[in-house]
Amino acid sequence: MRASRSRGAAALTGAALVVASVAVAVPIGAGPAAASSSTTITLYNGQHEQTTDTLVSAFERQTGITVKVRSDDEDVLANQVAEEGSNTPADVIYTENSAPLEFLQEKGLLGPVARSTLAAVPSQYNSPRGDWVGVSARVSVLVYNPGIVPASRLPTSIMDLASPKWRGKLGIAPGETDFQPLVTSIERSRGHAAAVRWLQAIKANAASHTYPDNETLTAMVNQGQVGLGVINQYYWYRSVDENGKASTHSAIAYFAPRDPGYVLDVSGAAVLRSTTQRAAAQRLVAFLVSAAGEQILAHSKSYEYPLGSGVSTAQALRPFDTLQPTPLTVSQIGDGQGAVALLREVQLL
Amino acid sequence: MLLWNTVRLAVTVTLLCAVIGTLTAWCIERTELPARSILAVLVVLPVAIPDFIVGYGWVSVAPSVHGFPGAVLVMTLALYPLVYLPVAASLRGADPAHEEIARSLGWGRLRTFWGVSLRQARTAILGGCLLVALALLAEYGAFEILRFQTFTTEIFTEFQVGFDAPAACALSLVLVALGLVVLLAETGAGRGGVRTSRTGPQVARLPRRAPLGRALLPTLAGFLVLCGLALGVPIGTLVYWMARGGSTTLPGTSIVSAALHTALYSAAAAALATVLALPVALVAVRHRRPTTVLLERSTYVVQALPGLVIALAFVFFSVRYLPFLYQSPELLVLAYAVLFFPLALVAVRASVARAPSGLEEVGRSLGRRPLGVLWRVTLPLVAPGLAAAFCLVFLSAVTELTATLILVPTGVHTLATQFWAYETNLSYGAAAPYAAVIVGIAAVPSVVLGRWFDRMPSPAAVVVS
Repeated sequence: MRASRSRGAAALTGAALVVASVAVAVPIGAGPAAASSSTTITLYNGQHEQTTDTLVSAFERQTGITVKVRSDDEDVLANQVAEEGSNTPADVIYTENSAPLEFLQEKGLLGPVARSTLAAVPSQYNSPRGDWVGVSARVSVLVYNPGIVPASRLPTSIMDLASPKWRGKLGIAPGETDFQPLVTSIERSRGHAAAVRWLQAIKANAASHTYPDNETLTAMVNQGQVGLGVINQYYWYRSVDENGKASTHSAIAYFAPRDPGYVLDVSGAAVLRSTTQRAAAQRLVAFLVSAAGEQILAHSKSYEYPLGSGVSTAQALRPFDTLQPTPLTVSQIGDGQGAVALLREVQLL
Repeated sequence: MLLWNTVRLAVTVTLLCAVIGTLTAWCIERTELPARSILAVLVVLPVAIPDFIVGYGWVSVAPSVHGFPGAVLVMTLALYPLVYLPVAASLRGADPAHEEIARSLGWGRLRTFWGVSLRQARTAILGGCLLVALALLAEYGAFEILRFQTFTTEIFTEFQVGFDAPAACALSLVLVALGLVVLLAETGAGRGGVRTSRTGPQVARLPRRAPLGRALLPTLAGFLVLCGLALGVPIGTLVYWMARGGSTTLPGTSIVSAALHTALYSAAAAALATVLALPVALVAVRHRRPTTVLLERSTYVVQALPGLVIALAFVFFSVRYLPFLYQSPELLVLAYAVLFFPLALVAVRASVARAPSGLEEVGRSLGRRPLGVLWRVTLPLVAPGLAAAFCLVFLSAVTELTATLILVPTGVHTLATQFWAYETNLSYGAAAPYAAVIVGIAAVPSVVLGRWFDRMPSPAAVVVS
């Protein structure tokens, strides 16, 4: 009996040791074949992963340059690059919002983007210092459930959401990076005190309908657990894709022209200062804003507005040139720290 | 406020997990419960369900589940296996003679359970509680969805929207301090321990199982409710996503490759952590001195830190000092082993504490070398603990997301990273199969180990030496 137990334990331990040594000695499937004579660069991707994969494949076919893609939340990637410093393996970083790029720019980790690349995009969507280029944009809208809030009763200004009539009907996701530009916008147009009052009011109105992210907020409005909320328009289009028209019980509505809640958010890309593959990295960033790259974005299911090379979206979105967002520049949005401080003040973060 | 939230949650959930984990372990190891082998697999699975699915499932099913009561419910259901696994392993190896002696001396069944069985499992129960308390300090994903603020959610806020690593690290130090308090409490509670090793014939044999009698139906109902809540809600959510989602990834080849990577990384990490835990447990139990206790205790602190903090520390260290290892599979396996080392240690330590050192001395006196004694005597004695350790680390590594995203080799996908990639884009239908495979893979070691245990000596094969 003892002998058989001993064999069992020995077998288990032996197997464990074999697995451990195999794992440590042999790189387990080191991903797509990287070993070739061609150039290889690394992209840190905080954008819609499926769309980025399509963009990268097209770029690889066109240039013969291999791109290794590493995806994570944009804020984690920005923190990771900050930890890596000049040793970062990343050559290019591509994020959903301008704030992480502004953060990395302030840390001196970004190199200048080629002039010709910057020129493909209207200058108001690029970093004023030329360290990153705008690739696509999206706009904040109201998402609402017509069964709870009829379209005729919707507010036309984000400021109206502070009214007590929205108590129990409003949902918010204050932890989202997309929420900060709204706060920045309100503070700039109405002042600090008014922004604090507004935040306190919507905090009370939303109460238990405070969600971790816009995905959840969109789903909860669609399910009828809450009446309305402010999101970027693409969340709603993606949720229609997922749920199908028949299961879509929500709709979107735009704020009045130039309302502080009508904010355009820019997604951008940058070349890392420390890259040893500067030419290839610059080509990838240039490709993103080229006609070929922007066409892929225009047809993709990420539902964003292309910004470069005069390409328009191919999806049934409200046309980009008819949008009337509030005049808020990317440098005013900055890295969002002013908005974060405000959110802290009212304990929404 | 943050401190109060963190502390009251840790105390409440730890106590609940201790009760549920110990009771389920006792029922499965010590009673004639029907379908034990199936239940033994089902009760550990909740640990393998990504916390996002658990949180989302509950919020969808019952929107009223949030705040403190919601957090208590969801975390208890997610963490009680951390108590169950070490306790079950401990009861399996415990000498039934103690219980039999107590019964023969006239103690009732309840008094025997309270006075003997529980004391035998004491190291395991306390160890499990330690893991639960520390894991609660580090939990993030579920609390974010349940809208319950703790130190850890605050740390994530600092990182995510604040880009403020120094502030996040300062808050992490508070977590370390809280972790030390928990460790001190456990050390205090563990003092004055009883002799738990075998007496008499040094042959493993299984105890006679208690018939449940009239308690059978309520016990079965209890298991049903437990599994229904802990597994039914999240798995129901997955099925709903797969059935209703407009996006799909089935059938897909990427799911096979992702599953392979997940299984390999997790198995390697589980093996590594288990192998590393053995010497630490041996030293801490067999050579108990202030230095060895300190060494053993200090390894638990990582359990109280969020994965993000540990992963970024790995980034900082390896990119500067081991650049050739950065974002390699080896580093990821090492990071998992460090992250989940406390899980392995608790399970191994409980087994080592129960193995009589006398047997090792006999082995030495018969002329075996120390390594031979380790191989032929100690290893077989602590085998259930090693197996439980492997299981715990494997289950946790399979679902790990934060550190995986940061440290996985660029371009490689695991089940967790693919699940995340689809889920963050609202493609729930496409994300669900990956989560389903995670749960499926997690069941493998539990099933295999269950079979392996069942082949161990049965009551019919008792040999008296």
